[in-house]
Amino acid sequence: MVKTIAEINEKIKKGVAVVVNAEEIIDLVEQKGIEKVAREVDVVTTATFGPMCSSGAYFNFGHSKPKIKAGGGQATLNHVPAYAGWAAVDLYIGATALPADDPRNQVHPGEFAYGGSHVIEDLVAGRDVRLQVEAYGTDCYPRKHLDTWINIRDLNEAVLFNTRNAYQNYNVAVNLSNKTIYTYLGVLKPSLGNANYCSAGQLSPLLNDPYYKTIGIGTRIWLGGGIGYVVWQGTQHNPHAPRLENGVPKRPAGTLAIIGDLKQMHPRWIKGVSFVGYGTTLNVGIGVPIPLLNEEICKSAAVRDRDIFAAVVDYSEVYPQGKTEVLGEVNYAQLKSGEIEVNGKKVKTAGISSYKNALTIANDLKEKIKKGEFLVTEKVADLPVGDTAPKFGPLKERPVKEEK
Amino acid sequence: MSSRKIVLNFPKEKIDKPIVYKLIKDCNLTFNILRANITPDQEGHMVLELVGENSEIEKGMKYLKEEGISTQPLSKDIKVNWDKCTQCGVCVAICPTDALYIKDRKTMEVAFDSDKCIACELCIRPCPPRAIELTF
Repeated sequence: MVKTIAEINEKIKKGVAVVVNAEEIIDLVEQKGIEKVAREVDVVTTATFGPMCSSGAYFNFGHSKPKIKAGGGQATLNHVPAYAGWAAVDLYIGATALPADDPRNQVHPGEFAYGGSHVIEDLVAGRDVRLQVEAYGTDCYPRKHLDTWINIRDLNEAVLFNTRNAYQNYNVAVNLSNKTIYTYLGVLKPSLGNANYCSAGQLSPLLNDPYYKTIGIGTRIWLGGGIGYVVWQGTQHNPHAPRLENGVPKRPAGTLAIIGDLKQMHPRWIKGVSFVGYGTTLNVGIGVPIPLLNEEICKSAAVRDRDIFAAVVDYSEVYPQGKTEVLGEVNYAQLKSGEIEVNGKKVKTAGISSYKNALTIANDLKEKIKKGEFLVTEKVADLPVGDTAPKFGPLKERPVKEEK
Repeated sequence: MSSRKIVLNFPKEKIDKPIVYKLIKDCNLTFNILRANITPDQEGHMVLELVGENSEIEKGMKYLKEEGISTQPLSKDIKVNWDKCTQCGVCVAICPTDALYIKDRKTMEVAFDSDKCIACELCIRPCPPRAIELTF
Protein backbone atom coordinates (compact mmCIF):
# COMPACT_ATOMS: atom_id res chain seq x y z
CA MET A 1 0.00 0.00 0.00
CA VAL A 2 1.65 3.21 -1.15
CA LYS A 3 0.11 6.69 -1.12
CA THR A 4 1.51 9.94 -2.47
CA ILE A 5 1.56 13.38 -0.86
CA ALA A 6 -0.53 14.68 -3.78
CA GLU A 7 -3.24 12.05 -3.17
CA ILE A 8 -3.34 12.86 0.54
CA ASN A 9 -3.58 16.60 -0.19
CA GLU A 10 -6.49 15.98 -2.60
CA LYS A 11 -8.34 14.28 0.25
CA ILE A 12 -7.44 17.11 2.65
CA LYS A 13 -8.78 19.69 0.18
CA LYS A 14 -12.02 17.72 -0.16
CA GLY A 15 -12.29 17.50 3.62
CA VAL A 16 -12.26 13.69 3.60
CA ALA A 17 -8.73 13.00 4.87
CA VAL A 18 -8.48 10.67 7.85
CA VAL A 19 -6.27 12.34 10.45
CA VAL A 20 -5.37 11.08 13.92
CA ASN A 21 -2.82 12.17 16.50
CA ALA A 22 0.27 10.13 17.40
CA GLU A 23 -1.48 8.79 20.51
CA GLU A 24 -4.64 7.66 18.70
CA ILE A 25 -2.67 5.82 16.01
CA ILE A 26 -1.29 3.48 18.69
CA ASP A 27 -4.69 2.08 19.65
CA LEU A 28 -5.78 1.92 16.01
CA VAL A 29 -2.76 -0.18 15.03
CA GLU A 30 -3.28 -2.45 18.04
CA GLN A 31 -6.93 -3.00 17.03
CA LYS A 32 -6.67 -3.20 13.24
CA GLY A 33 -3.05 -3.95 12.41
CA ILE A 34 -0.49 -1.95 10.45
CA GLU A 35 -1.73 -2.87 6.97
CA LYS A 36 -5.31 -1.71 7.50
CA VAL A 37 -4.37 1.47 9.37
CA ALA A 38 -1.75 2.43 6.77
CA ARG A 39 -4.50 2.19 4.15
CA GLU A 40 -7.21 3.99 6.12
CA VAL A 41 -5.30 6.80 7.86
CA ASP A 42 -3.76 9.61 5.82
CA VAL A 43 -1.96 11.77 8.34
CA VAL A 44 -0.67 11.37 11.91
CA THR A 45 -0.08 14.58 13.87
CA THR A 46 2.85 14.83 16.28
CA ALA A 47 3.82 17.69 18.57
CA THR A 48 6.06 18.98 21.31
CA PHE A 49 6.01 21.93 23.71
CA GLY A 50 9.04 22.60 25.84
CA PRO A 51 12.04 24.80 26.52
CA MET A 52 14.29 25.15 23.46
CA CYS A 53 17.28 27.39 24.13
CA SER A 54 18.58 27.68 20.57
CA SER A 55 15.64 29.84 19.60
CA GLY A 56 15.43 33.46 18.57
CA ALA A 57 13.80 35.96 16.28
CA TYR A 58 15.01 38.43 13.70
CA PHE A 59 13.18 41.47 12.47
CA ASN A 60 13.46 44.64 10.46
CA PHE A 61 12.28 47.68 12.44
CA GLY A 62 12.16 50.16 9.54
CA HIS A 63 14.30 53.19 8.79
CA SER A 64 14.16 56.19 11.08
CA LYS A 65 14.47 59.78 9.85
CA PRO A 66 17.33 60.59 9.71
CA LYS A 67 18.58 57.08 9.12
CA ILE A 68 20.63 55.01 11.55
CA LYS A 69 22.81 51.93 10.95
CA ALA A 70 22.56 49.59 13.93
CA GLY A 71 25.07 47.31 12.18
CA GLY A 72 28.44 47.57 13.89
CA GLY A 73 26.82 49.38 16.79
CA GLN A 74 24.82 48.14 19.74
CA ALA A 75 21.12 47.51 20.20
CA THR A 76 18.92 46.45 23.10
CA LEU A 77 15.25 45.47 23.39
CA ASN A 78 13.82 46.16 26.84
CA HIS A 79 17.51 46.38 27.83
CA VAL A 80 18.25 42.87 26.51
CA PRO A 81 21.10 42.96 23.96
CA ALA A 82 20.19 42.06 20.37
CA TYR A 83 22.64 41.06 17.65
CA ALA A 84 23.17 43.97 15.28
CA GLY A 85 26.00 42.71 13.09
CA TRP A 86 24.29 43.00 9.74
CA ALA A 87 22.59 45.69 7.64
CA ALA A 88 21.11 48.92 8.97
CA VAL A 89 17.85 48.01 10.70
CA ASP A 90 17.86 44.21 11.02
CA LEU A 91 18.25 42.71 14.50
CA TYR A 92 18.32 39.19 15.94
CA ILE A 93 17.37 38.50 19.55
CA GLY A 94 18.26 35.16 21.11
CA ALA A 95 16.25 33.42 23.83
CA THR A 96 19.05 33.24 26.39
CA ALA A 97 20.27 36.87 26.07
CA LEU A 98 20.23 38.83 29.36
CA PRO A 99 20.33 42.53 30.22
CA ALA A 100 23.85 43.80 31.02
CA ASP A 101 22.78 44.59 34.59
CA ASP A 102 21.10 41.26 35.34
CA PRO A 103 22.81 39.89 38.47
CA ARG A 104 22.98 36.43 36.87
CA ASN A 105 24.35 33.87 39.35
CA GLN A 106 26.18 36.37 41.57
CA VAL A 107 23.87 35.20 44.31
CA HIS A 108 23.38 31.58 43.40
CA PRO A 109 20.89 30.40 42.25
CA GLY A 110 20.00 33.47 40.19
CA GLU A 111 16.45 34.45 39.30
CA PHE A 112 16.84 35.36 35.59
CA ALA A 113 13.54 37.19 35.63
CA TYR A 114 13.70 38.65 32.11
CA GLY A 115 15.71 37.82 29.00
CA GLY A 116 15.56 37.48 25.23
CA SER A 117 12.83 34.84 25.38
CA HIS A 118 10.59 37.26 27.29
CA VAL A 119 11.24 39.97 24.69
CA ILE A 120 10.08 37.53 22.00
CA GLU A 121 6.96 36.67 24.03
CA ASP A 122 6.24 40.39 24.57
CA LEU A 123 6.50 40.99 20.81
CA VAL A 124 4.24 38.02 20.03
CA ALA A 125 1.72 39.22 22.61
CA GLY A 126 1.55 42.61 20.86
CA ARG A 127 3.10 44.48 23.79
CA ASP A 128 5.28 47.53 23.15
CA VAL A 129 9.02 46.88 23.44
CA ARG A 130 11.68 49.57 23.98
CA LEU A 131 14.36 49.65 21.29
CA GLN A 132 17.62 51.47 21.98
CA VAL A 133 20.39 51.75 19.40
CA GLU A 134 23.86 53.25 19.69
CA ALA A 135 25.58 53.69 16.32
CA TYR A 136 28.77 55.38 15.12
CA GLY A 137 27.19 57.40 12.32
CA THR A 138 28.13 57.51 8.64
CA ASP A 139 27.51 59.88 5.76
CA CYS A 140 24.59 57.74 4.58
CA TYR A 141 23.36 56.81 8.11
CA PRO A 142 24.13 59.93 10.19
CA ARG A 143 22.07 59.21 13.27
CA LYS A 144 23.89 57.91 16.35
CA HIS A 145 21.16 57.33 18.94
CA LEU A 146 17.68 55.87 18.84
CA ASP A 147 15.33 55.27 21.77
CA THR A 148 11.81 54.32 20.74
CA TRP A 149 8.89 52.02 21.45
CA ILE A 150 8.27 49.41 18.80
CA ASN A 151 5.41 46.98 18.30
CA ILE A 152 5.28 43.80 16.24
CA ARG A 153 2.43 45.17 14.11
CA ASP A 154 4.72 47.93 12.81
CA LEU A 155 7.77 45.76 12.07
CA ASN A 156 8.42 45.07 8.40
CA GLU A 157 9.26 41.44 9.09
CA ALA A 158 9.30 39.52 12.37
CA VAL A 159 10.51 35.97 12.00
CA LEU A 160 11.12 33.20 14.50
CA PHE A 161 14.29 31.39 13.45
CA ASN A 162 15.41 28.60 15.75
CA THR A 163 18.66 26.80 15.03
CA ARG A 164 17.96 23.74 17.18
CA ASN A 165 14.47 22.57 18.16
CA ALA A 166 12.45 19.39 18.62
CA TYR A 167 15.29 17.18 19.88
CA GLN A 168 14.76 13.55 18.99
CA ASN A 169 14.86 12.17 22.54
CA TYR A 170 16.69 13.64 25.52
CA ASN A 171 18.51 12.78 28.74
CA VAL A 172 16.81 12.02 32.03
CA ALA A 173 18.65 14.25 34.50
CA VAL A 174 19.50 13.22 38.07
CA ASN A 175 21.86 14.51 40.75
CA LEU A 176 24.26 12.13 42.50
CA SER A 177 25.96 14.83 44.57
CA ASN A 178 25.01 15.83 48.11
CA LYS A 179 23.78 19.34 47.28
CA THR A 180 20.88 20.70 45.21
CA ILE A 181 21.82 21.70 41.66
CA TYR A 182 20.05 24.10 39.30
CA THR A 183 19.97 23.06 35.65
CA TYR A 184 18.15 23.64 32.39
CA LEU A 185 16.22 20.51 33.32
CA GLY A 186 14.99 22.10 36.50
CA VAL A 187 16.02 21.83 40.14
CA LEU A 188 17.65 18.49 40.91
CA LYS A 189 17.61 17.48 44.55
CA PRO A 190 20.68 15.75 46.04
CA SER A 191 21.30 12.01 46.19
CA LEU A 192 18.86 11.05 43.43
CA GLY A 193 16.12 13.24 44.91
CA ASN A 194 14.27 13.45 41.59
CA ALA A 195 14.63 12.63 37.88
CA ASN A 196 13.58 15.16 35.23
CA TYR A 197 13.04 14.25 31.59
CA CYS A 198 12.25 16.40 28.56
CA SER A 199 10.43 14.88 25.61
CA ALA A 200 6.85 14.34 24.54
CA GLY A 201 7.78 10.67 23.98
CA GLN A 202 5.20 8.96 21.78
CA LEU A 203 3.89 12.37 20.61
CA SER A 204 7.30 13.86 19.77
CA PRO A 205 7.82 14.56 16.03
CA LEU A 206 11.19 12.95 15.34
CA LEU A 207 10.49 9.94 17.58
CA ASN A 208 7.57 9.12 15.27
CA ASP A 209 9.73 9.33 12.15
CA PRO A 210 13.05 8.01 13.44
CA TYR A 211 14.88 7.91 10.09
CA TYR A 212 13.33 11.19 8.81
CA LYS A 213 11.46 9.47 5.97
CA THR A 214 8.80 12.21 5.76
CA ILE A 215 10.23 15.07 7.85
CA GLY A 216 12.92 16.96 5.98
CA ILE A 217 13.97 20.32 4.64
CA GLY A 218 10.87 22.14 3.43
CA THR A 219 8.39 20.34 5.67
CA ARG A 220 5.52 22.64 6.63
CA ILE A 221 4.87 22.62 10.38
CA TRP A 222 2.59 24.11 13.03
CA LEU A 223 4.81 26.64 14.81
CA GLY A 224 3.75 28.71 17.80
CA GLY A 225 0.15 28.63 16.58
CA GLY A 226 1.08 29.78 13.07
CA ILE A 227 2.71 28.20 10.04
CA GLY A 228 6.41 27.41 9.90
CA TYR A 229 8.88 25.31 7.96
CA VAL A 230 11.83 23.04 8.59
CA VAL A 231 14.77 24.82 6.95
CA TRP A 232 17.69 22.55 7.79
CA GLN A 233 18.82 19.95 10.27
CA GLY A 234 19.27 21.62 13.65
CA THR A 235 22.68 22.17 15.20
CA GLN A 236 24.08 19.12 16.99
CA HIS A 237 21.94 16.90 14.71
CA ASN A 238 23.31 13.44 15.48
CA PRO A 239 21.62 10.62 13.56
CA HIS A 240 24.46 8.30 14.66
CA ALA A 241 23.11 8.01 18.22
CA PRO A 242 22.57 4.37 19.24
CA ARG A 243 19.14 3.09 18.26
CA LEU A 244 16.76 0.33 19.30
CA GLU A 245 15.57 -2.31 16.83
CA ASN A 246 12.55 -0.11 16.04
CA GLY A 247 14.95 2.62 14.88
CA VAL A 248 14.22 4.92 17.80
CA PRO A 249 17.40 6.53 19.20
CA LYS A 250 18.20 5.96 22.87
CA ARG A 251 20.15 9.21 23.22
CA PRO A 252 19.62 12.80 22.03
CA ALA A 253 19.79 12.43 18.23
CA GLY A 254 18.19 14.36 15.36
CA THR A 255 17.22 18.03 15.63
CA LEU A 256 15.44 20.60 13.43
CA ALA A 257 16.20 24.16 12.40
CA ILE A 258 12.88 25.90 11.88
CA ILE A 259 11.47 29.19 10.71
CA GLY A 260 8.09 30.91 10.79
CA ASP A 261 6.26 34.24 10.74
CA LEU A 262 6.26 35.56 14.32
CA LYS A 263 3.26 37.75 13.50
CA GLN A 264 1.05 34.66 13.17
CA MET A 265 2.04 33.21 16.52
CA HIS A 266 0.40 33.23 19.94
CA PRO A 267 2.04 33.93 23.32
CA ARG A 268 0.57 30.74 24.72
CA TRP A 269 2.86 28.78 22.40
CA ILE A 270 5.87 31.11 22.30
CA LYS A 271 6.57 31.70 25.94
CA GLY A 272 9.56 33.14 27.78
CA VAL A 273 10.56 31.09 30.81
CA SER A 274 13.29 31.26 33.47
CA PHE A 275 15.16 28.35 34.99
CA VAL A 276 16.42 29.36 38.43
CA GLY A 277 20.23 29.24 38.56
CA TYR A 278 20.46 28.59 34.81
CA GLY A 279 18.96 31.38 32.73
CA THR A 280 16.16 32.23 30.35
CA THR A 281 14.86 30.09 27.52
CA LEU A 282 11.91 29.97 25.17
CA ASN A 283 9.09 27.45 25.37
CA VAL A 284 8.21 26.65 21.77
CA GLY A 285 5.17 24.77 20.51
CA ILE A 286 5.75 22.69 17.37
CA GLY A 287 3.41 20.35 15.53
CA VAL A 288 4.54 18.17 12.63
CA PRO A 289 2.21 16.15 10.39
CA ILE A 290 3.42 12.77 9.21
CA PRO A 291 1.77 11.66 5.95
CA LEU A 292 1.28 7.88 6.10
CA LEU A 293 2.78 7.05 2.71
CA ASN A 294 3.38 3.39 3.44
CA GLU A 295 3.27 0.69 6.14
CA GLU A 296 6.80 1.33 7.35
CA ILE A 297 6.01 4.99 8.06
CA CYS A 298 2.77 3.94 9.74
CA LYS A 299 4.60 1.46 11.95
CA SER A 300 7.09 4.11 13.08
CA ALA A 301 4.32 6.62 13.81
CA ALA A 302 2.60 4.05 16.05
CA VAL A 303 5.55 3.99 18.45
CA ARG A 304 4.50 3.75 22.10
CA ASP A 305 6.01 5.33 25.21
CA ARG A 306 7.15 1.91 26.39
CA ASP A 307 9.14 1.42 23.16
CA ILE A 308 11.13 4.64 23.58
CA PHE A 309 14.11 4.58 25.94
CA ALA A 310 16.17 7.46 27.32
CA ALA A 311 19.44 7.52 29.25
CA VAL A 312 19.60 8.51 32.92
CA VAL A 313 22.50 10.96 33.28
CA ASP A 314 24.10 12.52 36.35
CA TYR A 315 24.07 16.33 36.01
CA SER A 316 26.30 17.01 39.03
CA GLU A 317 29.45 15.55 37.49
CA VAL A 318 29.01 13.47 34.33
CA TYR A 319 27.14 16.03 32.19
CA PRO A 320 29.08 19.18 33.18
CA GLN A 321 32.45 17.45 32.81
CA GLY A 322 31.57 16.11 29.36
CA LYS A 323 31.76 12.47 30.42
CA THR A 324 29.58 9.90 28.73
CA GLU A 325 28.61 7.22 31.24
CA VAL A 326 24.92 6.68 31.90
CA LEU A 327 23.21 5.30 34.99
CA GLY A 328 20.75 3.22 33.02
CA GLU A 329 17.97 3.41 30.48
CA VAL A 330 14.27 3.84 31.17
CA ASN A 331 11.27 4.08 28.88
CA TYR A 332 8.73 6.89 28.69
CA ALA A 333 5.92 4.79 30.14
CA GLN A 334 8.06 4.39 33.25
CA LEU A 335 8.96 8.10 33.25
CA LYS A 336 5.31 9.12 32.93
CA SER A 337 4.26 6.73 35.73
CA GLY A 338 5.90 9.14 38.19
CA GLU A 339 8.66 6.88 39.45
CA ILE A 340 11.72 5.12 38.07
CA GLU A 341 14.46 3.07 39.68
CA VAL A 342 18.05 4.34 39.54
CA ASN A 343 20.93 2.57 41.30
CA GLY A 344 18.35 0.49 43.19
CA LYS A 345 16.56 3.58 44.52
CA LYS A 346 13.02 4.64 43.65
CA VAL A 347 13.17 8.15 42.22
CA LYS A 348 10.27 10.54 41.57
CA THR A 349 10.06 11.76 37.96
CA ALA A 350 8.81 14.96 36.33
CA GLY A 351 8.58 16.14 32.73
CA ILE A 352 10.00 19.51 31.67
CA SER A 353 8.36 19.24 28.25
CA SER A 354 4.57 19.47 28.60
CA TYR A 355 2.80 16.38 27.33
CA LYS A 356 -0.59 18.00 27.90
CA ASN A 357 0.25 21.01 25.73
CA ALA A 358 1.85 18.78 23.09
CA LEU A 359 -1.44 16.88 22.92
CA THR A 360 -3.36 20.15 22.52
CA ILE A 361 -1.08 21.13 19.62
CA ALA A 362 -1.35 17.71 17.95
CA ASN A 363 -5.14 17.99 18.16
CA ASP A 364 -5.19 21.54 16.83
CA LEU A 365 -3.06 20.50 13.86
CA LYS A 366 -5.36 17.50 13.34
CA GLU A 367 -8.41 19.78 13.17
CA LYS A 368 -6.69 22.20 10.78
CA ILE A 369 -5.80 19.37 8.40
CA LYS A 370 -9.31 17.90 8.63
CA LYS A 371 -10.79 21.29 7.77
CA GLY A 372 -8.49 21.64 4.76
CA GLU A 373 -6.57 24.56 6.28
CA PHE A 374 -3.21 22.82 6.41
CA LEU A 375 -1.73 20.77 3.56
CA VAL A 376 1.13 18.31 4.01
CA THR A 377 4.36 18.79 2.10
CA GLU A 378 6.89 16.73 0.22
CA LYS A 379 10.32 17.36 1.71
CA VAL A 380 12.67 19.23 -0.63
CA ALA A 381 15.81 17.50 0.69
CA ASP A 382 16.59 14.84 3.31
CA LEU A 383 17.90 15.50 6.79
CA PRO A 384 21.32 13.85 7.13
CA VAL A 385 20.98 10.20 8.16
CA GLY A 386 23.08 7.06 7.74
CA ASP A 387 26.81 6.59 7.33
CA THR A 388 27.30 9.66 5.16
CA ALA A 389 25.82 12.06 7.73
CA PRO A 390 28.32 14.42 9.37
CA LYS A 391 29.62 13.33 12.77
CA PHE A 392 28.69 15.34 15.85
CA GLY A 393 31.57 15.72 18.27
CA PRO A 394 32.95 17.74 21.15
CA LEU A 395 35.24 20.75 20.80
CA LYS A 396 38.79 19.90 19.76
CA GLU A 397 40.26 22.41 22.15
CA ARG A 398 43.68 23.79 21.26
CA PRO A 399 44.51 26.21 24.08
CA VAL A 400 46.24 29.38 22.95
CA LYS A 401 49.55 29.93 24.71
CA GLU A 402 50.37 33.53 25.55
CA GLU A 403 53.64 34.62 23.94
CA LYS A 404 56.19 35.75 26.48
CA MET B 1 -10.19 15.09 66.32
CA SER B 2 -9.76 17.34 63.34
CA SER B 3 -7.07 19.61 61.97
CA ARG B 4 -6.99 23.00 60.37
CA LYS B 5 -4.15 24.84 58.61
CA ILE B 6 -4.15 28.58 59.24
CA VAL B 7 -1.98 31.61 58.58
CA LEU B 8 -1.51 33.89 61.59
CA ASN B 9 -0.70 37.55 60.97
CA PHE B 10 0.92 39.10 64.04
CA PRO B 11 0.85 42.89 64.33
CA LYS B 12 4.26 44.09 65.53
CA GLU B 13 3.06 44.92 69.04
CA LYS B 14 2.00 41.29 69.60
CA ILE B 15 5.31 39.69 68.61
CA ASP B 16 6.43 39.31 72.23
CA LYS B 17 3.20 37.70 73.52
CA PRO B 18 3.22 33.96 74.31
CA ILE B 19 0.36 33.33 71.89
CA VAL B 20 1.28 29.81 70.88
CA TYR B 21 1.87 28.74 74.46
CA LYS B 22 -1.68 29.81 75.32
CA LEU B 23 -3.11 27.86 72.43
CA ILE B 24 -1.57 24.73 73.87
CA LYS B 25 -2.28 25.33 77.52
CA ASP B 26 -5.74 26.94 77.50
CA CYS B 27 -7.24 25.34 74.39
CA ASN B 28 -5.63 21.91 74.67
CA LEU B 29 -4.49 22.02 71.01
CA THR B 30 -1.50 20.34 69.47
CA PHE B 31 0.02 21.84 66.36
CA ASN B 32 2.74 21.69 63.73
CA ILE B 33 4.58 24.87 62.84
CA LEU B 34 4.67 24.67 59.07
CA ARG B 35 6.39 28.00 58.57
CA ALA B 36 7.26 31.02 60.69
CA ASN B 37 8.60 34.46 59.90
CA ILE B 38 8.62 36.61 63.00
CA THR B 39 11.06 39.48 63.40
CA PRO B 40 11.09 41.98 66.31
CA ASP B 41 9.49 45.34 65.46
CA GLN B 42 7.97 43.99 62.26
CA GLU B 43 4.77 42.25 61.33
CA GLY B 44 5.07 38.49 61.64
CA HIS B 45 3.48 35.54 59.87
CA MET B 46 3.18 31.99 61.01
CA VAL B 47 1.58 28.96 59.41
CA LEU B 48 0.18 26.44 61.86
CA GLU B 49 -1.65 23.20 61.58
CA LEU B 50 -3.91 23.03 64.62
CA VAL B 51 -5.01 19.60 65.79
CA GLY B 52 -7.71 19.04 68.40
CA GLU B 53 -11.45 18.73 68.99
CA ASN B 54 -13.51 21.06 66.83
CA SER B 55 -14.78 22.97 69.85
CA GLU B 56 -11.24 23.52 71.05
CA ILE B 57 -10.07 24.71 67.64
CA GLU B 58 -12.96 27.20 67.66
CA LYS B 59 -11.94 28.32 71.13
CA GLY B 60 -8.38 28.81 69.90
CA MET B 61 -9.56 30.81 66.89
CA LYS B 62 -11.68 33.01 69.17
CA TYR B 63 -8.69 33.57 71.42
CA LEU B 64 -6.52 34.62 68.47
CA LYS B 65 -9.17 37.07 67.33
CA GLU B 66 -9.42 38.59 70.81
CA GLU B 67 -5.66 39.04 70.85
CA GLY B 68 -5.87 40.99 67.59
CA ILE B 69 -4.22 38.35 65.47
CA SER B 70 -5.93 37.96 62.16
CA THR B 71 -6.06 34.53 60.60
CA GLN B 72 -6.92 33.08 57.24
CA PRO B 73 -7.13 29.55 55.93
CA LEU B 74 -3.81 28.39 54.50
CA SER B 75 -5.33 27.50 51.14
CA LYS B 76 -5.36 31.16 50.25
CA ASP B 77 -1.62 31.37 50.46
CA ILE B 78 -0.14 29.66 47.41
CA LYS B 79 -1.88 30.51 44.19
CA VAL B 80 -1.23 28.97 40.80
CA ASN B 81 -1.90 31.29 37.91
CA TRP B 82 -3.15 28.72 35.42
CA ASP B 83 -3.06 31.21 32.54
CA LYS B 84 0.70 31.48 33.00
CA CYS B 85 1.32 27.79 33.78
CA THR B 86 2.97 25.90 30.91
CA GLN B 87 2.03 22.47 32.32
CA CYS B 88 5.60 21.31 32.79
CA GLY B 89 6.49 19.31 35.86
CA VAL B 90 9.25 21.30 37.53
CA CYS B 91 7.08 22.07 40.57
CA VAL B 92 5.82 18.50 40.80
CA ALA B 93 9.39 17.28 41.25
CA ILE B 94 10.05 19.76 44.04
CA CYS B 95 6.81 19.81 46.05
CA PRO B 96 7.50 17.89 49.29
CA THR B 97 3.85 17.12 50.05
CA ASP B 98 2.53 16.30 46.55
CA ALA B 99 0.21 19.30 46.70
CA LEU B 100 1.41 19.98 43.16
CA TYR B 101 0.85 16.72 41.37
CA ILE B 102 -0.01 15.01 38.09
CA LYS B 103 -3.77 14.67 38.07
CA ASP B 104 -4.03 12.35 35.11
CA ARG B 105 -1.18 10.12 33.98
CA LYS B 106 -2.64 9.89 30.47
CA THR B 107 -2.68 13.62 29.72
CA MET B 108 0.00 14.46 32.33
CA GLU B 109 -2.06 17.42 33.56
CA VAL B 110 -0.53 19.32 36.48
CA ALA B 111 -2.90 20.20 39.33
CA PHE B 112 -2.77 21.79 42.78
CA ASP B 113 -4.37 20.41 45.95
CA SER B 114 -4.41 23.30 48.40
CA ASP B 115 -5.30 21.00 51.33
CA LYS B 116 -1.91 19.37 51.06
CA CYS B 117 0.06 22.59 50.64
CA ILE B 118 2.19 23.69 53.58
CA ALA B 119 3.20 26.95 51.85
CA CYS B 120 6.91 26.11 52.05
CA GLU B 121 7.46 28.23 48.90
CA LEU B 122 9.96 25.78 47.39
CA CYS B 123 8.00 25.81 44.13
CA ILE B 124 7.92 29.56 43.59
CA ARG B 125 11.36 30.38 42.16
CA PRO B 126 11.87 27.18 40.16
CA CYS B 127 8.58 27.59 38.24
CA PRO B 128 9.85 28.48 34.71
CA PRO B 129 6.92 30.77 33.75
CA ARG B 130 6.78 32.05 37.38
CA ALA B 131 3.13 31.07 37.59
CA ILE B 132 3.09 30.37 41.33
CA GLU B 133 2.42 33.24 43.69
CA LEU B 134 2.39 33.64 47.42
CA THR B 135 -0.38 35.83 48.76
CA PHE B 136 -0.77 36.79 52.41
